[in-house]
Amino acid sequence: MEPVRTITGTAVPLRRSDVDTDQIIPSDWLKRVARTGFGQGLFSEWRSDPDFVLNQPRYEGATVLVTGANFGTGSSREHAVWALQDYGFRAVVSPRFADIFRTNCTKAGLLPVQVDAAVGEALMAAVEADPATVITIDVESRTLVAAAAAGVSTTFPLDDFTRMRFLEGLDDIGLSLRYAEEIAAYEAARPTWLPGAAAP
Amino acid sequence: MTLADKVWEAHLVHRGEGEPDLLYIDMHLVHEVTSPQAFEGLRLAGRRVRRPDLTVATMDHNTPTIGLDQPLADPVSATQIETLAANCAEFGVTLYPMGHANQGIVHVIGPEQGLTQPGMTIVCGDSHTSTHGAFGALAFGIGTSEVEHVLATQTLPQRRAANMAVTIEGDLPPGVTAKDVILALIGQIGTGGGVGHVIEYRGSTIRSLSMEGRMTICNMSIEAGARAGMVAPDDTTFAWVEGRPHAPKGADWERALDHWRGLPTDEGATFDTEVVLDATALRPHVSWGTNPSQVVPIDGDVPDPESFADPGEAEAARRALAYMGLRPGVAMREVPVDTVFIGSCTNSRIEDLRAAAAVVGGRRVHAGMRAMVVPGSMKVKLDAEAEGLDRVFTAAGFEWRSAGCSMCLGMNPDKLAPQERCASTSNRNFEGRQGRGGRTHLVSPAVAAATAVAGHFATPEDL
Repeated sequence: MEPVRTITGTAVPLRRSDVDTDQIIPSDWLKRVARTGFGQGLFSEWRSDPDFVLNQPRYEGATVLVTGANFGTGSSREHAVWALQDYGFRAVVSPRFADIFRTNCTKAGLLPVQVDAAVGEALMAAVEADPATVITIDVESRTLVAAAAAGVSTTFPLDDFTRMRFLEGLDDIGLSLRYAEEIAAYEAARPTWLPGAAAP
Repeated sequence: MTLADKVWEAHLVHRGEGEPDLLYIDMHLVHEVTSPQAFEGLRLAGRRVRRPDLTVATMDHNTPTIGLDQPLADPVSATQIETLAANCAEFGVTLYPMGHANQGIVHVIGPEQGLTQPGMTIVCGDSHTSTHGAFGALAFGIGTSEVEHVLATQTLPQRRAANMAVTIEGDLPPGVTAKDVILALIGQIGTGGGVGHVIEYRGSTIRSLSMEGRMTICNMSIEAGARAGMVAPDDTTFAWVEGRPHAPKGADWERALDHWRGLPTDEGATFDTEVVLDATALRPHVSWGTNPSQVVPIDGDVPDPESFADPGEAEAARRALAYMGLRPGVAMREVPVDTVFIGSCTNSRIEDLRAAAAVVGGRRVHAGMRAMVVPGSMKVKLDAEAEGLDRVFTAAGFEWRSAGCSMCLGMNPDKLAPQERCASTSNRNFEGRQGRGGRTHLVSPAVAAATAVAGHFATPEDL
């Protein structure tokens, strides 16, 4: 993945909770075998409503998605993350992320910014009131600051290892293969009864 | 230690300060939707599949459930199916393709083939991998980047989840099933209630459930947001596993049993979160909304959004009722249903089909109703046909299909039309899940079958 140090930009307020990955990228899009081009499918059902927030010109060019709690529930499809990234989002702010979605974000380089519900609501209200509100998210210091008018400033959880991977854009597989000898040693000691795919 | 902790510790490859644990993965199940980009990643990096023998693939999401001898009508689906076959051939991975006797929904065939055993770590690029936890395995869904990671290394870096005990005590009242238990639980703790946790289902209700019932419950752990769901292995588990194609044999069986008997959570082990459910008070459940926590007992009414204290929940309920085309206060039993779907990784096993067949036997599907049964695997299909269940269903007016995910998720020809209302034994009632504009109500196989006969939501006793 590409390194991510600081994200500065405007935001789209998606005032909904329990947004599942079937909504983020409907299953018709999952038949594709490439990793690119999913932006068109992002929220494609909801976007058929002209009033949907992504269709409002005042939010054009935003790089941060501000949403309600339980964002990314349901299907494990990483395509949801690829769609958000392909559309132009670099961070998602929510009071709570679904576990698999959050992990997928950190593998693909989309920053999950978990904030207190009250902070999330303040940020949502600020962005709804003024679409020009600029948000700055810093990975190193794990902070989110909205421009002075909004008055939002907060820290967010990101473990040291994941933060390092974001800052340096490191390949997860390469990191694990540093322990190739330990993997081999573990394999050599596995119980004999465990199943393998060779025809029984 | 808890069951989850024991399995975790037994799979530790590397533990280092300031980094996630590196866990060994015993079995990696693969399907066509979440794997193509992972195999492509391997190719780009010049990597191979480290353990093809611990990797098993099948086709389930895109596959049609009729006309298997015909080319796929959708060229995009056909490409995805062909891509999996080509990738498995290139990387030496065992594949159960469309038409194969072992083909089926990935979470049905794993247990069925004995590839799912107690104490294992099992992953798949599919959130319903939690199903396999019914055997006391630590099994969880992963994204495509992680699929690539497991293919390349047979390991995953993981942060430990918290432990949640869900204790369910008492005998289930007549007509109440494992599906109703899990729907009631999700209704109680919400779609985010399990986030960050591995749930261990405990108590006398769980102990007296069959493996099929335990799989139904563990399957929907993800719908409560949990990382995984588990049930401690016991004699019910061992009896179910014994003799399956990949189950240990002879002296290995005895060694495995010794290990498995040590897996249950130790006396006095503590859980980070505890939830209790009284099984004796449960009723069959039906979902009314667009997420799996929006459920009511079948005797209940469509709720009034104004009745929710939380403004977010009230707004979500308003949106859900508008999508579902439902008015507050209408009795669930009075809601007419267009389609009944019996299938999916939640409820497509032989016991589910038997339960549904017992209801429809000698009866007819309501006039104008579309009703289909989709066995979870080709083996389930053959077993059911050997018992004559297919004839019970077809005589009643059900369609009898071949194995696949089918109408659970709208990626194959089995879909709802806009505003078509479906009583479904699947796991997700999200907007558009079963087809654009389709309206999904989650129910048990028994309620689905009774609904097919009645034409509106019903229990077998109502008929």
